[in-house]
Amino acid sequence: MAATDTTATGTAPPVGTSEDLQAALSRVDPVRKRKDRAMRLVVYLAFTLAMVPLVSLVWSVLSRGSGRLDAYFLLHSMRNVFGGMDAGGAYHAILGTLLVTGWAALISVPIGLMVAVYLVEYGTGKLARAVTFLVDVMTGIPSIVAGLFAFALFYLAVGPQKAGIIGSVALAVLMTPVVVRSSEEMLRLVPNELREASYALGVPKWLTIIKVVLRTAVAGLTTGVMIAVARVIGETAPLIITVGMTASINRDVFHENMMTLPVFVYDQYGRGLTSCAPGAVDCVPTINFDRAWAAALTLIIIVMLLNLVARAVSRWFAPKVRG
Amino acid sequence: MLENGALENGLENGDGLENGDASENGDASENGDASENGDASTRRAAVAVADRLAVTGRRSGRGLDRGFRYLAVTSGVLIVMVLAAVAIFLVVQAWPALRAGRSVSDEVGWIPDGSSVLEAVGPLVFGTVLAALVALAVAVPVAIGIALFISHYAPRRLASALGYLVDLLAAIPSVVYGLWGVMVLAPLLHPVFSWLVRWLGWIPLFAGDSAGNASNPPRVLMTASLVLAVMILPIITAVCREVFLTTPTLHEEAALALGATRWEMIRMAVLPYGRSGIVSASMLGLGRALGETMAVLMVLSPGMLYSLKMLVGSQQQTIAANIAAKFNDASPMGHSALIATGLALFVITMMVNMAARAIVARRKDFSGAN
Repeated sequence: MAATDTTATGTAPPVGTSEDLQAALSRVDPVRKRKDRAMRLVVYLAFTLAMVPLVSLVWSVLSRGSGRLDAYFLLHSMRNVFGGMDAGGAYHAILGTLLVTGWAALISVPIGLMVAVYLVEYGTGKLARAVTFLVDVMTGIPSIVAGLFAFALFYLAVGPQKAGIIGSVALAVLMTPVVVRSSEEMLRLVPNELREASYALGVPKWLTIIKVVLRTAVAGLTTGVMIAVARVIGETAPLIITVGMTASINRDVFHENMMTLPVFVYDQYGRGLTSCAPGAVDCVPTINFDRAWAAALTLIIIVMLLNLVARAVSRWFAPKVRG
Repeated sequence: MLENGALENGLENGDGLENGDASENGDASENGDASENGDASTRRAAVAVADRLAVTGRRSGRGLDRGFRYLAVTSGVLIVMVLAAVAIFLVVQAWPALRAGRSVSDEVGWIPDGSSVLEAVGPLVFGTVLAALVALAVAVPVAIGIALFISHYAPRRLASALGYLVDLLAAIPSVVYGLWGVMVLAPLLHPVFSWLVRWLGWIPLFAGDSAGNASNPPRVLMTASLVLAVMILPIITAVCREVFLTTPTLHEEAALALGATRWEMIRMAVLPYGRSGIVSASMLGLGRALGETMAVLMVLSPGMLYSLKMLVGSQQQTIAANIAAKFNDASPMGHSALIATGLALFVITMMVNMAARAIVARRKDFSGAN
């Protein structure tokens, strides 16, 4: 700043030579200019720096996981698979993930939706403010703590055991605030005129909410729920301590251990390299890592599909609201 | 709104018997404006209309209306109760281990002999906080850079797409980060860590082991922290971006009109305006990093020391990773002890999150955005 001033005032031309004045005013002090350039470079670098792990991660999952990701992998469990056998898949884990997450959605979507309805349609005063704040705080509960909570809850109710439903409760604790937040946003978008028109026709409030408000917002609500599902479907830690692991297919969420896809990744990674006898056929030393990467790829594909479908739903089925 | 309020009032006259005081309260908050504004004659007319409208079936509809309201309010209360329940159940389950005092170390393997849960949780809290703080120190400057890039540097048309790329980082499951961290990132980092130990080993964080080397493979806290940094990048970026985008355009234009370069404009207008946003974003990121399990669990070779050496293995451990690693093989007393450590984690993250949210809320109050 100071340097510009001196050039502008020190060698200030008399009034009239506007070209000189313009030149003096438009010239930026080189130090400041250099600093500006440097900071621009830093900002660009920061962005590039963030892209490096993303690209590296996606690339390594794709390149290392795609080799083993085939129909066999998707349709077989790990039952009777041991050592370096070139066999086994993630069917039981995919099934478990879908069941556990499905139950979590079944628990959390009605509750989350009703909380959002409460906040938007009924909520006033202290309780509503407390709920809003606590929902925000709830989004910050560490996933492992949610797992411990679910474990403790069922421990007091039915004693120590593992079951899919316990994991579902843990995931529901993590999922509910996300559902509330997104549903709340969607319900607030519904124009008040619609509600008032409905009331004017003598429709009671509860029916107005169900038939008008929720109907209007249904695309946004679906999107929100799917994104919430995508958020929790990759949770690992709470499932390790509540659902456990197994090599077999278990369709019963209320009894016994279940395998889930994220835990499968962790478990396969933890098994490490296998040692093959020299000259052994049908033995792959890196088989466990291969399965871990393939399962990771499967998981990422599921998450991305959920995200894409969610976006598509919101784009295609969104009501055309005119301001 | 007026019709509705009057309608309900009218119906209330009709079946006053079943109306408890609860519904009175509810109606007062909701329809207060209607009954206040409407003068007596309008109201009487409305009641008459309402009476005529109140044909058969109304009564059950009204019950449904109230039932639905109760359902909504109950759900709201449920959220409050769940959060309370998390705390209560954790305390109940942690109590045996807390009460056992020093004798807990006889039953639980990972607790050093002769120490209580409270003493044993110390190094874990230390490791958790250290990992999270280092992750934060790495992530915040980068996140601010990205947020500035998206809000002020990138071409307008590309900005949202680029923002979406950063959000993609948040969509990747933590276990995949763990897998990537230990199998891809760690081998790449070893030369860097060796270099750090050799030249910057005098800094306690970068100190080497007894032989003066960095651990190889680098399953050390620094690797875990870097993975954590990548994981918390999206949330910090998202909040910062929102805040930067709300900088009043007048401030920015005023700075530019006074001859500021773009960077000077950012330093004078954008960053001061977004300071509280950056702070709360960082605290949200800190909350995430504190509670993250899988990256640490898969990357770190754990230890139970108060050690600053981030490039040496078997020094520290975090609460979350310790729980996940030990829980399945634990005895009932072991479960209790681990839940006690989980309680500590819960309290720490709740405090950090509440502080972050409070800052955001306060900011909202006086920013005039609403």
